[in-house]
Amino acid sequence: MKDCKNVWIFAEAQRGKLSPTALELLTAGRKLADDLGEKLCAVLLGYQVEKFARDLFEHGADVVYVCDDKALEHYLDDVYARVLADLIALYKPNKFLLPATNLGRSLSAKTAIFVGTGLTADATEVVINNEDGQLHATRPTFGGNLMATITCAHTRPEMCSLRPMSYEKAPRQAGRTGEVVKFPFDPQRHTTLAKFLEFIKSKGDGLDLSEAEIIVAGGRGVGKAEGFELLHKLADRLGGAVAASRAPVDSGWIDYRYQIGLTGRTVKPKVYIACGISGQIQHMAGMSGSDVIVAINKDAEAPIMKVANYAVQGDLYDVVPAMLEALK
Amino acid sequence: MHIVACVKQTPKSDNVKIDPATGCLIRSGAASAMNPFDEYALEEAVTLKEQLGGTVSVITMGPPQAEAVLRDSIARGADAVYQLGDMAFAGSDTWSTSYALSKGIEKINSVRPVDLIICGKQTNDSDTGHIGPQISAWLKMPNAAFVKKVVEVKEKSIVVERLTEDGSEVLELPFPCVLSVVKEINSPRVRSVKGRMAAKRAEVTKWTADDIGADKTMLGVKNCPTRVVKSFVPKREVCAVAVEGANGKEKAANLVKLLKDGKYI
Repeated sequence: MKDCKNVWIFAEAQRGKLSPTALELLTAGRKLADDLGEKLCAVLLGYQVEKFARDLFEHGADVVYVCDDKALEHYLDDVYARVLADLIALYKPNKFLLPATNLGRSLSAKTAIFVGTGLTADATEVVINNEDGQLHATRPTFGGNLMATITCAHTRPEMCSLRPMSYEKAPRQAGRTGEVVKFPFDPQRHTTLAKFLEFIKSKGDGLDLSEAEIIVAGGRGVGKAEGFELLHKLADRLGGAVAASRAPVDSGWIDYRYQIGLTGRTVKPKVYIACGISGQIQHMAGMSGSDVIVAINKDAEAPIMKVANYAVQGDLYDVVPAMLEALK
Repeated sequence: MHIVACVKQTPKSDNVKIDPATGCLIRSGAASAMNPFDEYALEEAVTLKEQLGGTVSVITMGPPQAEAVLRDSIARGADAVYQLGDMAFAGSDTWSTSYALSKGIEKINSVRPVDLIICGKQTNDSDTGHIGPQISAWLKMPNAAFVKKVVEVKEKSIVVERLTEDGSEVLELPFPCVLSVVKEINSPRVRSVKGRMAAKRAEVTKWTADDIGADKTMLGVKNCPTRVVKSFVPKREVCAVAVEGANGKEKAANLVKLLKDGKYI
């Protein structure tokens, strides 16, 4: 365990794009590495992904491990987890942060078993304990009602998946460079019985939620599927995207992929406009990092009205059309 | 087709109370039920059984009262239920829990070969989503998480659609394999009267750590790799500004002005 050194982050890159979570992990990882006096290393797996190494260096990585092969073009749990387990066995990292994206959640879980180490899920804060140098990962449990700090004392690396948008993206330092270490793909070892057939791009009606700067979200108060058309109008006018709390998804008014909250997605837009959303803690878990929260709700006592920056007591069917009018 | 669904008894999500002084869950009087995400796992297992024929077995790990979710599973269409109960399991993290479940599934498999294992996406108490992928790692099976649709069941494989942030991926996995499913996959049925009757009569098979041949040095709060060193109730900030106005129209106009003045829009 003593010879385990350096802080690793997993730089997710699929379909020709480096995930924004990579830059968030570099922020979190850079601090851990500096506190330990160790290097910050990023792991890139995929096909034609080596080009992202430069981005990773410019955002704080000292070393980038790259395994680049056609067989890694699409994410398959076993293949990725086996490559990671081999990389870990060879280079012995001390801490390893992965994104708590769909891919990262699954990959971190399988890798932890292959490696034989502990994993904390979906942390929102990671720090190094001064006394023993252990990773203290804090995460919400019981739907965000309770925060728990978790350690992994006896096995390395201490693994942790980090909730997207818990950290700011690392700033770019133009020209900053580092060392690329290529790791060979082994078609005999890095295998799976699963087959990738195709990718179906989300039809979407506009912007990807994770990239939207303005989000107009609807809750139970929207009352019907057609109500989301009104929210779409407002989102379109503001150049934003539409989302929902759990109730409209459960009622079948809108697809699950638009659900914000603990059991859905986490977003961190500049403006989050919550229409007819009561603001249960599970929902807040997915949007409380927004720069500005606007709540439109009939009930002045709804929990969301207490955390919103701007609380509008009123019927969304009065207020939203009037907003559209005011925006003309 | 032999399908194993993994379920957990958890506090009802709308009924969680935390003692602010100790940061501990107040269990007395807290209603427990099947983890809501596991309802979709079980429903998918029962649906596939109805389409293809076969058996649905359900496994849980938990204290004696967790038997209730196994009886509930029978009411929802399961055929056989297994409970892993032993003080040795207490306080296990996901590493140890997935190990114990994998040993239990191996024992089920030794009697009747298992084709498919289905888990919920995550639990509503720990929210990790680790168990499905981790069971597959212990059992050396292929897996897919965040499965939103079973596209096709072939003789020796299953085609599924897995949710990604930007769309979905269609994968084909040979049996045996492990799926973790999201709620988009189905709408769990209402328990039938016949099912409720069967639930009362059902025999719950109970296994200890020794029964499933689990290595006790890999189980429980003392042996699992991670531990909780601190828990606390998160602080909530109150910062609301009530937007003024005589009616919705005025408030809307004032809100737009505030947002524009702040250069938010």
